[in-house]
Amino acid sequence: MNIYQNPYNPEKIKAAHKLLAELKYEIKPLVKGYSNQTLYINVGENKIGSKPVDQVMKDKFTGGRGFNMKLLWDAVTENTKWDSPENEIVIAAGPMGGITQYPGTGKSIVCGISPLTGAPVDSNVGGYFGPYLKFSGWDAIELQGIAKKDVIVYINGDEGIIQIFEAPEEDTNSHLIAEQMCDIFAENEMDMKSIATVSAGKGAENSFFGCLNFSFYDRRRKVARLKQAGRGGLGTLFRHKNIKAVVCKFSGMNANNNEVDDLEKIKDVGASYHRELYKEDDKQCDMRHVGTAHLVEIMDDYDLLPTHNYKFGADPRTPKISSVVWREMFTQGIPDGCWYGCTMQCAKCVDGYILQTGPYKGDTVSIDGPEYETAAAFGANMGIFDPHFIVEANFYCDTYGIDTISFGTGMAFIMECYENGIINKEITGGYDLSFGNGEESLHMLHQMARGEGFGKTVGLGIRRLKKLFAEKYGADPKFLQDIGMECKGMEYSEYMTKESLAMQGGYGLALKGAQHDEAWLIFMDMVNNQIPTFEDKAEALHYFPMFRTWFGLQGLCKLPWNDVEPANNAETDDPAKVPAHVANYVDIFNSITGRNIDKHEMILQSERVYNFQRVFNLRMGFGTREHDMIPYRSAGPVTLEEYESRVERYDKQLLEKWNWDPSGKTLEERHQKTREFREDAYQKLCDAVYKRRGWDNNGVPKIEKMKELKMDLPGVLEVLNKYYN
Amino acid sequence: MKTIMVNGNSLKWEEEMNIDLILKRKNYTFKMLVVKVDGKLIKKTEYSKTFVQPGADVKVIHLISGG
Repeated sequence: MNIYQNPYNPEKIKAAHKLLAELKYEIKPLVKGYSNQTLYINVGENKIGSKPVDQVMKDKFTGGRGFNMKLLWDAVTENTKWDSPENEIVIAAGPMGGITQYPGTGKSIVCGISPLTGAPVDSNVGGYFGPYLKFSGWDAIELQGIAKKDVIVYINGDEGIIQIFEAPEEDTNSHLIAEQMCDIFAENEMDMKSIATVSAGKGAENSFFGCLNFSFYDRRRKVARLKQAGRGGLGTLFRHKNIKAVVCKFSGMNANNNEVDDLEKIKDVGASYHRELYKEDDKQCDMRHVGTAHLVEIMDDYDLLPTHNYKFGADPRTPKISSVVWREMFTQGIPDGCWYGCTMQCAKCVDGYILQTGPYKGDTVSIDGPEYETAAAFGANMGIFDPHFIVEANFYCDTYGIDTISFGTGMAFIMECYENGIINKEITGGYDLSFGNGEESLHMLHQMARGEGFGKTVGLGIRRLKKLFAEKYGADPKFLQDIGMECKGMEYSEYMTKESLAMQGGYGLALKGAQHDEAWLIFMDMVNNQIPTFEDKAEALHYFPMFRTWFGLQGLCKLPWNDVEPANNAETDDPAKVPAHVANYVDIFNSITGRNIDKHEMILQSERVYNFQRVFNLRMGFGTREHDMIPYRSAGPVTLEEYESRVERYDKQLLEKWNWDPSGKTLEERHQKTREFREDAYQKLCDAVYKRRGWDNNGVPKIEKMKELKMDLPGVLEVLNKYYN
Repeated sequence: MKTIMVNGNSLKWEEEMNIDLILKRKNYTFKMLVVKVDGKLIKKTEYSKTFVQPGADVKVIHLISGG
């Protein structure tokens, strides 16, 4: 239970609500995973309505991210900017979302035109909102318009009522408003688990990389826990719409809210998986004790842990932030699933933490995480190997609604700029922003939330900062491009890619920007040497992004797929794909929907939406080859310091991989030659991937490909005809 | 110098070189591994008892994780 020095008054908050709009609707049972309608809310015009979901929509877009992209496409034009009123936040669970017999089925997927990239973005998140929304009768919710004053959207899925309130008294920051919504809308303490809230915070208002927090009420800890839809600035968009919270209440949980076709089959598949998880997890990733933070020391061991703005991949101080530390700090022995029935239990939590800084200094709180990404970003990439700093910054990023990845990668960029004299104390407001300075970094975070000082500047994100530093402070734009770790405007997540060409493509060729959730190929490529040719890499950069897109269509978490594996997985033909778990997903999809797809149709479902989203990018002025280019820091050593730190490796590669003898050459010559070879390899990789995906040499899907996928919709053809003609 | 191949790269062969030693030399600390020697699958329980000879082709496949 959180302890606040300045407690809030729920009665006062509730009394200030002013009803702006209301819709009563009939709650109908779901039909095989679908509610067959979506909810439309316009907070600018106080409109509430519904839209039907027909079979064509299901066949072409499946659900989840597919539905979101279709609804978003229909809502915007090619001239829509992120802050245009018609831009939307669209949230959905997929048809598999909300089943409780298999782990990782409670994900929501959120889409919108991104403040960071200007293009469609998708971000997935745990918590209860997506499934509750569906069980309340809605496959997706569109949030359009800009409210005149702060509002709350309330979906009462128990009684079939949707309301928009003016909401002046709620806190904006998420750890508070998520609890306040429980206090206001739950009948009693037992009922608080029926409340799921989406919110952002003050930092989301004042930066371009605001995240959304999705809550679930933890009855054992008596706190509203927060999971983040982190990437792409969707929290910024949410607060730009003057939405304080979207709340869904649903108390009718049972074993079959999805009204599936074959519940017994799903139970069988789930029981088998649960047994496997209990038996294998401790020996594999140990997700149930340390969550994704198990990766910190592994990444360091393989020179993959981004250190000092991705200059290096390891650091002798890493043990200070390794999983051994997190295991101690995380409360053990309490179920930690972010959805019912998830036995993976990886949503770890630091309890009883007394905040040391900021507006809540002295309060005692429970803090979700850190996940691997946050520990790596704050700890190694910013060079602050201090778990207490990581936890403190994690809490404030979350409650302020700031994406920890963009903040960490952005600050690492700022720190390198500071150490190179591009910015100085005069510019930063007196702060020494060298690598390793935790106290100063927290000042930046609090300033960002207040919309003040250099902290607000940091919140512009790397792409805008590069422009600012070049134009205002005379920095070399080429150097900034080399070290600014963003692609398409989105900051890189926390993996080193210099030694994995395939993973360079995993980031650069991802539709939404530099996020690793399409493909994580570093081990296959760099360590295993399984995909040596461009064609091999292209095949991996086709299969894995398509396979992983499917999770977003269905409302699934990726982690149960391959963060625990069957004991005999090694003996299968294609262990990297975890064939037994792919079969589980096919079986469950068929058992929910009554359909009869196979693993090939699974990939086709993804390909339809993936290619539609690529055309959507094109429609918004992106989606061509130039937008897939990566900063050189992602591909190789930018500085001589980096080259020298791994000189044996780079010299050996010049000779053995590129057939260029480095002996007798200066460091500068070897460094330059390495760059030429690596940049050329990335271009060749793009060629191969575009070909494999059925795109032209500029990265645009061919019309024949869209026809083959039966996605030659009129709007799609209009965009492609403009391009091809 | 006698060598073995590990994931396509040469590694100096040592007397009584078993799988555990190969993993140590390569600093392969990740737990989800598939090990094959000359195409034959080696179970984890056999790592310490499996000795390789010079010229052996060893695959240490790290199963995709992360992300």
